[in-house]
Amino acid sequence: MTADHTLDAEHLTLGYGELTVVDDLSLVVPPGRITAIVGANACGKSTLLRSMSRLLKPRSGQVVLDGREVHKTPARQLARTLGLLPQSPLAPEGITVADLVGRGRHPHQGLLSRWSTDDDRAVAEALEATETTALADRSVDELSGGQRQRVWIAMALAQQTDVLLLDEPTTFLDVSHQVEVLDLLTDLNRRRGTTIVMVLHDLNLAARYADHLVALAAGRVHAAGTPGEVLTEDCVRAVFGLDSRVVADPTTGAPMMLPLGRHHVVAEPAVGGSAAS
Amino acid sequence: MSAPTDLRGTPRGAAPDPRSPRPGSSRLDAVAASVAANRIRRGRRRRAVVGVLVAALVVVFAVSLMVGRTFYGPGEVLGVVLGQDVPGATFTVGRLRLPRAVLAVAAGLCFGLGGVTFQTMLRNPLASPDIIGISSGASAAAAFAIVTLSLDDGQVSAFAIAAGLLVAVVVYALAKRGGVAGTRLVLVGIGVAAMLDSLTAYVLSNAAQWDLQEATRWLTGSLNGSSWPQVVPVLVALVVLTPVLLSRSRDLAATQLGDDAASALGVRVDRTRLVVIVAAVGLISFATAACGPIAFVAFLSGPIAARLVGPSGSLLVPSALVGALLVLVADVVGQYALGTRFPVGVVTGVLGAPYLIWLIVRTNRSGGSL
Repeated sequence: MTADHTLDAEHLTLGYGELTVVDDLSLVVPPGRITAIVGANACGKSTLLRSMSRLLKPRSGQVVLDGREVHKTPARQLARTLGLLPQSPLAPEGITVADLVGRGRHPHQGLLSRWSTDDDRAVAEALEATETTALADRSVDELSGGQRQRVWIAMALAQQTDVLLLDEPTTFLDVSHQVEVLDLLTDLNRRRGTTIVMVLHDLNLAARYADHLVALAAGRVHAAGTPGEVLTEDCVRAVFGLDSRVVADPTTGAPMMLPLGRHHVVAEPAVGGSAAS
Repeated sequence: MSAPTDLRGTPRGAAPDPRSPRPGSSRLDAVAASVAANRIRRGRRRRAVVGVLVAALVVVFAVSLMVGRTFYGPGEVLGVVLGQDVPGATFTVGRLRLPRAVLAVAAGLCFGLGGVTFQTMLRNPLASPDIIGISSGASAAAAFAIVTLSLDDGQVSAFAIAAGLLVAVVVYALAKRGGVAGTRLVLVGIGVAAMLDSLTAYVLSNAAQWDLQEATRWLTGSLNGSSWPQVVPVLVALVVLTPVLLSRSRDLAATQLGDDAASALGVRVDRTRLVVIVAAVGLISFATAACGPIAFVAFLSGPIAARLVGPSGSLLVPSALVGALLVLVADVVGQYALGTRFPVGVVTGVLGAPYLIWLIVRTNRSGGSL
């Protein structure tokens, strides 16, 4: 069961009511890799992710998983291959960590086949992988933001899908917890070959952790490729309307974006340049 | 599936991890065992609570058949229930007390199930059908059908369920326009309920044969004058709709995580919601058509069941049993314990109102999200 699932968006047009959010967008997700989707607020990142996981029906175009259109795949069957952690899921009041993580087993349980030892094992694996075993009996209400996010990821892991989509898994977390969550997702990708697609706000963390970077602007793919190819000063200007300098991250060699505001900049920026040479 | 290869997939050029796969295997077994042990312990508590509730229900049911103006012993009551002819008891127990007690249990089950279904689905303890106008709608329709149109019991139930569904649709449509369910829906529902309650009062005050018995039934709920023709539709509704709700209980639990998270787990959220709303409104409406909107039973049962069972698993069955026990106990208390005979809804109202106030105060203190 190696994770070689193909996931493509083909000429996707998405919207709510009158509003068109994503317009004729095509995207290929590299199997077994980490893909990060970046872009300005309201550029359609979350909308795209929701549609890729069957939550939003496209106006036109399609999302295809392993050659099959996801909106025509039975919900439960799809949920065994493709998981989604939405931006702000809700924890029922008083629920314990182990119980919440166990909810991830839903697509694997039928009406008659209830809990099995496989389910217990999957929950245990998810707790171990996210280092939340010690919290298993605690109430989710009592946890810190970082712990809670690890628990939600554990729930998504318990679902044991080979493809996992995450909508801003690091929002509301301080920098150390952001790094912790992204390290955890990288572990998952390296150990199990899980294909990961995540929407991220922080360009530099996206460039560091993603194998494949997709920059969206106004509902279209502005650029897609390795972080080195995508994260350029031109791209940042086009996508975010921001002047910046892109230099090599001294710790990883990945491109690193330094925003140029109107104040405080003393070094001369490389005007109109591409990546730092 | 082979046993120890639990970590799926192949590492992609990664350094060997200290925790997996081999050395972690026995630790994983231990964690899995503790996960299982916890799950089993929670299951035991649930079964114990259900067992105690069933036992209490049986005891109170028996007591309610025995006590009254004349006391009949367990032997006489059992004789009547088994169809023997017991002088005196056959009429008093068989014709008066038995249909009343059966209706109390059946209506309580309906209210408990319908209430907790709404509370779970809308993720809000205030969103129970008796707060957001569905009981009021069913009650107004039933009062209109009986008092003004003089219809029979089956037609009254049909009227009540149609009105209950209509109110559910109206409240949902009014609340949906802002996009925010939850608190908005509750507030819209309270407004609709107030309108419908005044409609009931209007129907009753215009009635030719104005009588207090009828009035209390449609305004607060009462079991006075219960008879088998009233009981039968409620029992049928229970037999048909309970399995529908129980078969959706896991999907219903998943929707508590939010619509997106539930969909991601493979739940058809819209379909689940539709099926569950229709079933819950049906239960509430049938019960209301028989004995009125017994105050606060739908609202109280779920939270009480949640306290007893603890925060895990489905609350449907425990809540149904709590509802039945509430109605039955309140009716016995209302009839015999207070000197004057009070209708059941007055007693449950006295229990429910303080909880409602407490819930609203607590909600305001915690910043508004219910």
